Amino acid sequence: MSDAPPPVALTRDEVAHVAALAKLAVTPEELDTYTGQLAAILDHAADIAGLDLDGVAPTAHPLPLVNVLRADEVRATLDRDEVLAAAPATEDHRFRVPAILGEEP
Amino acid sequence: MTAPGSPTPTAAAIAAEVRAGARSARATVDAHLGAIDAAEATIHAFNLVLADSARAAADAIDARVAAGEDPGPLAGVPIALKDNLCTRGVPTTCSSRILEGWRPPYDATVVTRLATAGAVVIGKTNLDEFAMGSSTENSAFGPTRNPRDPERVPGGSSGGSAAAVAAGFAPLALGSDTGGSIRQPAALCGVVGVKPTYGLVSRYGLVAFASSLDQIGPFAGTVGDAALLLEVIAGHDPLDSTSIDQPVPSYTEAVGAGVDGLRVGIVSELMGEGIAPDVRARVEAAAEALAAAGAEVGEASVPAATFGLSAYYLIAPAEASSNLARYDGVRYGLRVDGATTSEMMEASRSAGFGAEVKRRIMLGTYALSAGYYDAFYGKALKVRTLIIADFAAAYERFDVLLSPTTPTTAFRFGEKADDPLAMYLSDVCTIPTNLAGQPAMSVPFGSGADGMPVGVQILAPTLGEVPMLRAAGVLEEAAK
Repeated sequence: MSDAPPPVALTRDEVAHVAALAKLAVTPEELDTYTGQLAAILDHAADIAGLDLDGVAPTAHPLPLVNVLRADEVRATLDRDEVLAAAPATEDHRFRVPAILGEEP
Repeated sequence: MTAPGSPTPTAAAIAAEVRAGARSARATVDAHLGAIDAAEATIHAFNLVLADSARAAADAIDARVAAGEDPGPLAGVPIALKDNLCTRGVPTTCSSRILEGWRPPYDATVVTRLATAGAVVIGKTNLDEFAMGSSTENSAFGPTRNPRDPERVPGGSSGGSAAAVAAGFAPLALGSDTGGSIRQPAALCGVVGVKPTYGLVSRYGLVAFASSLDQIGPFAGTVGDAALLLEVIAGHDPLDSTSIDQPVPSYTEAVGAGVDGLRVGIVSELMGEGIAPDVRARVEAAAEALAAAGAEVGEASVPAATFGLSAYYLIAPAEASSNLARYDGVRYGLRVDGATTSEMMEASRSAGFGAEVKRRIMLGTYALSAGYYDAFYGKALKVRTLIIADFAAAYERFDVLLSPTTPTTAFRFGEKADDPLAMYLSDVCTIPTNLAGQPAMSVPFGSGADGMPVGVQILAPTLGEVPMLRAAGVLEEAAK
């Protein structure tokens, strides 16, 4: 249906890169498994990757909603202590995390 | 009528009797807790049974009736909630290790509405982790078994809710449907499942999977009970910015209204390759039953529906990869320590998520990444436009559409667990509806060659719940 060739096959390095972006650690064995499985899924999706859809508008959302606003009035919010009680670590009413400075960007 | 195999009266009967003082809510809840005690060890429908709070809530309902008050349209009716619906102070896990032990600081809007209507929450049901799956085999806490045959899956992702209704643990349950997660398990377990129009039911407090597709909806043993529950949960909610601000019609009245003159189209693209012959035969029988009841039945075409699966498995993982970025070990849920915040996040997510969730996060991250966005995600969004246009054309000729809910009856454990694509194909008939944001429901309509239930899917245009339920009511009568 289109001249546009489907994208080239997924590589193991690409899966490793995507896992790093998503902050997921994967073992070499998992990398092999995921590469094969994701390649099979993307291969199935090649039926739409090859379609010529120039001039078709994208639909990101099924409802024609634009700028849904609420009244500008004070309302109760979640209780701070109840929210912080669910956190793995807190300090002085804040979420506590390990070092963030000195990391690579 | 109750669900086949179910020892429980309908929700409508329970509520009417409790409101009239002719039935004790407490005795009703105790009877259902007894049914759970007897069979839950085999079925594993629940992540958590709320016996104590259910008994206390039932006692409060009985006290209100005794005081002359009306507790509401679901007075004393036990209901099971999919464990991705937030319940204040009550563990909400999404069947994931990453949320194990988390107690939400607020109730979902549907939970608040159920309480206002007098319903009694009896437990939180099992699901595929974060609603990603079609069999409950992706639950971190073990699979749910199909009450019709414990060797088979109940479907998913709302498999626990479907099984709870099919097993008689509760006359009603809530699930969520992103690509078929209410309708597919309803079909496989032989109960009624409704995916309402996107925006009809507030999603405030539903843990997000794919935000442009997710919708909460009812499970019930009968079409009338599903309509009753939908009436309670439907309607505008300012806490959900995607909530539709329109009055809700009577769904219970629609169920008995008949189909005289209703135009019904069989979706030819969902009746061909990949659909088991015994399932297809039941859809054809359903069309004949509707015609016999006065409907005008014809053949409909939704050509772009054939691209639905591919579009869905790019759009839903893309949205999931963004939504699930929030599980980072900082504000709630599992934390695995690391020297830096980045290492902590990676360690927490790697330990907390199961294989299917990781697979979809990676798939979505890939589909959104530089160089592939246009070829995959962008194309999928355009296909979504085509699907909506094709449905619109079909609904110029027909009031509702008909198809199988699933390509086959319930499959066996392990059959598709190692092949994600084969598992995804079980959603091929249900996915187009989600992409279009429209309503659809599954109604049990006889059995397949293996004796397992077959579900017929009724699809309708946006806010077409009334004609959809009219057809469902007729099919339910015809199936008796």
